[in-house]
Amino acid sequence: MLVFIIKRTANAIMVMLAVAMLAFLIFRLAGDPVEMMANEQMTQADRDELRERLGLNDGVLTQYTRFVVNAAQGNFGISYRNGQDVLKLIAERFPATLELVFLATLISLLVGIPLGVLTAIKRGQWYSESLQFVSIIGVSLPSFVVGIVLILVFSVVLGWLPAFGRGEVVQIGWWSTGLLTPSGRAALLLPALSLSLYQVTLVMRLVRAEMLEVLRSDYVKFARARGIPRWRIYFRHALRNCLMPVVTMTAMNIGSLIAFALITETVFQWPGMGLLFIQAVTFLDIPVMAAYLCIIAFIFVLLNTAVDIAYAVIDPRLRTAQ
Amino acid sequence: MLKQIGVAATIALGLSGALTGVASAETLKWGAARDIYSLDPYSYGDSYTLSFLNHVYEGLVRYDADLQIEPALAASWEQVSDTVWRFHLREGVTFHDGAEFTADDVLASLKRVSDPVSPLRGNLPAYKSSKKVDDYTVDIEMTGPYPLLLNDLTNIHIFDAGWLVDNDSEKPTDVGAQIEGYATYHTNGTGPFRLESRVPDSKTVLLVNENWWDEAAHNIDRIEFVPITSAATRVAALLSGEIDFSEEAPAQDVPRLSAQPELKVMERTNLRTVMLGFNRKPTLDNGSENKFNDLRVRQAFAHALDPKLIQQRIMRGKSRTAGTIVAPDIPGYSTELDTPYLYDPEQSRRLLQEAGAADYPFTLVCTTDAYVNEEELCQGIVNMLSRGGFKPQLDIAPTAAQAPKRTGGKADVYLIGWANEPMLDSYSILVQMIKSRSDTAGVFNWGGWSYPEIDSLIEQASTEMDREKRLDLQTRALELVKEEIVMLPLHQQPMAWVMDKKIDKIAQAADNKVRHWLTHVSE
Repeated sequence: MLVFIIKRTANAIMVMLAVAMLAFLIFRLAGDPVEMMANEQMTQADRDELRERLGLNDGVLTQYTRFVVNAAQGNFGISYRNGQDVLKLIAERFPATLELVFLATLISLLVGIPLGVLTAIKRGQWYSESLQFVSIIGVSLPSFVVGIVLILVFSVVLGWLPAFGRGEVVQIGWWSTGLLTPSGRAALLLPALSLSLYQVTLVMRLVRAEMLEVLRSDYVKFARARGIPRWRIYFRHALRNCLMPVVTMTAMNIGSLIAFALITETVFQWPGMGLLFIQAVTFLDIPVMAAYLCIIAFIFVLLNTAVDIAYAVIDPRLRTAQ
Repeated sequence: MLKQIGVAATIALGLSGALTGVASAETLKWGAARDIYSLDPYSYGDSYTLSFLNHVYEGLVRYDADLQIEPALAASWEQVSDTVWRFHLREGVTFHDGAEFTADDVLASLKRVSDPVSPLRGNLPAYKSSKKVDDYTVDIEMTGPYPLLLNDLTNIHIFDAGWLVDNDSEKPTDVGAQIEGYATYHTNGTGPFRLESRVPDSKTVLLVNENWWDEAAHNIDRIEFVPITSAATRVAALLSGEIDFSEEAPAQDVPRLSAQPELKVMERTNLRTVMLGFNRKPTLDNGSENKFNDLRVRQAFAHALDPKLIQQRIMRGKSRTAGTIVAPDIPGYSTELDTPYLYDPEQSRRLLQEAGAADYPFTLVCTTDAYVNEEELCQGIVNMLSRGGFKPQLDIAPTAAQAPKRTGGKADVYLIGWANEPMLDSYSILVQMIKSRSDTAGVFNWGGWSYPEIDSLIEQASTEMDREKRLDLQTRALELVKEEIVMLPLHQQPMAWVMDKKIDKIAQAADNKVRHWLTHVSE
């Protein structure tokens, strides 16, 4: 077991180093941050000197090594755009993104599972067929369109919910939360809804497929023969056996939700990590981009490793397979 | 535990809600298209950040609503010699923390801004040293006769010397050194508003400074500055009344916003002139002979563009067609020069034929995130040039990606805008863009041209202390720019501010900077 964990950790480190290397190769092609930082009046001599001071004239390998050595000591430098410590900047934004992703995941489960069960047991009914059809739209609509439509309906026409921002937040240690204030909760609703829409349809379709499978199995038929009430069969016995793949998929998808929240965050001016990253890209803020990519890679690697280890714990065959 | 925190927070919020409820009549919610970069006015000298920080910090002099220089922290000034200026400081001014404003503050600020690693150093060229004469008099010495010191000083905000020392911030924040600065997060200015709180990318709150030295023309108690990057969301926030003011109304939404009964839109053109520049090296990037060095090819280029079509169709009738490279508000501008080239595609073809450049292929480098409607503009230019006998190819991408192509001389023809910020004088474009490239000039001379006659006019202007004579020299240089088509001007860009009708007075100058100390809200 220990050997397995060490192996997985070594793998994880290799992946992160590779991501950082790729990132630096891309930055090389992306352009010249000094041109973005300098104002109109800065002379050529000052520009050249700044480029030299930032170490941008060094080779990719030198810059990469410097980044890795500093990052290993927890130092990601300060942002080119606003002169703030990068790690602090990302830590400030992390709670916003995580709360958004958490609520979106919750919505996708609370809405997706019942709908999945419903469309499975009422197969062929007009409403379950139309739900199936609507879910195709849900999967195919780009999230910025969903966001704009939600804003139009709930903020402009109805005036119920704010169109942007995070509302009032409460600071608990380094964590800032919007869950404890009415305006914070109101502000969270629209972005979470727009982020969850794709997940809802995914969960619904997954549950439906699994459910149809399970309903054909012998123990369900037997339960029916015994005269157990239908809702009890569906929700107590059948649903339980459908949830394993749903849980696995949800856990794995949290990583992608964090990474892809950036579109939702841009539309709603949600002050999370995605918004930070988008702005860093337009400004060529290399320290922020590099740190963000590494942290996202780290989250993915962490989730994957945790899932792998969990599998290994559950299924001893996997431990010796390699 | 968590519950207790929640209860405490709810009570605190309830209280603050009650407090702001009283003052809500004079709260201004300002929705901007982007956030400021830093609270430190000596960070990267971004014009937008500086204009926001002007609510908190002030310079020795400032621009009024008509962009004329007027006294601010300096009550008066005179020239002691060709190179030395004497400033008499305003007495009785205090910083937001209560410290008194004196000559030492000016010295400390000038020292900080002129530091070798100061990113804002370029905004104060020709600065040599400063000297305290007495507590309220300062002498500033320049490296030579330099006529534009006052223009430069409008953007050099003054810090409190004691505050800088106490917080270990006497030197500017250096990104290269990778250490944060105190002034990035905190402020202590003399301006009409003081900082209450700031959460980057969310909200920056300013409160009125009751002890401001100047008589307040505004009646705002509180400014909530919220950046909303997405244009559609910003419009939605205006429609739902979540923000009262924005200086960035998206062009396509102006009709819709104007139609709202509770909103009004103010439109005008600003100082930024959009123009085209040509590569002027002996060969193009692809190795072929550069025919843009032939004046006839540049003339053909100018005659191929239809200014009327650009103004009416591409810019929706909102831009101002330009015949010279500076806007009318910029000193050095001359009406005689401001006539666009005649639209005549036949003439273009003839000129190209004569120059042996028929069907001349080249690449036009454009950006996607810098100017108003630039994608449509560049597409339109390409179409018009094709009709005029050129074979243009469009290369369009975000500024970050295009910058190296332009500075590296890899762009055959490129689009650029220049507002003459922060100097507000045609000397700015002449020295930074038109003059031959050197360590201290021609940074934006991306085409690499050199006109000794123009250079010598700019050099004479740089030390000419007589304003009339200096502007004559600059106008003469602009005339040569036009004759030689060094740059081909297209138009001044439109700008649109949108606001709640409760705002009954606001200063909208051509520099597109917001000055809320001149904003009045009806009660």
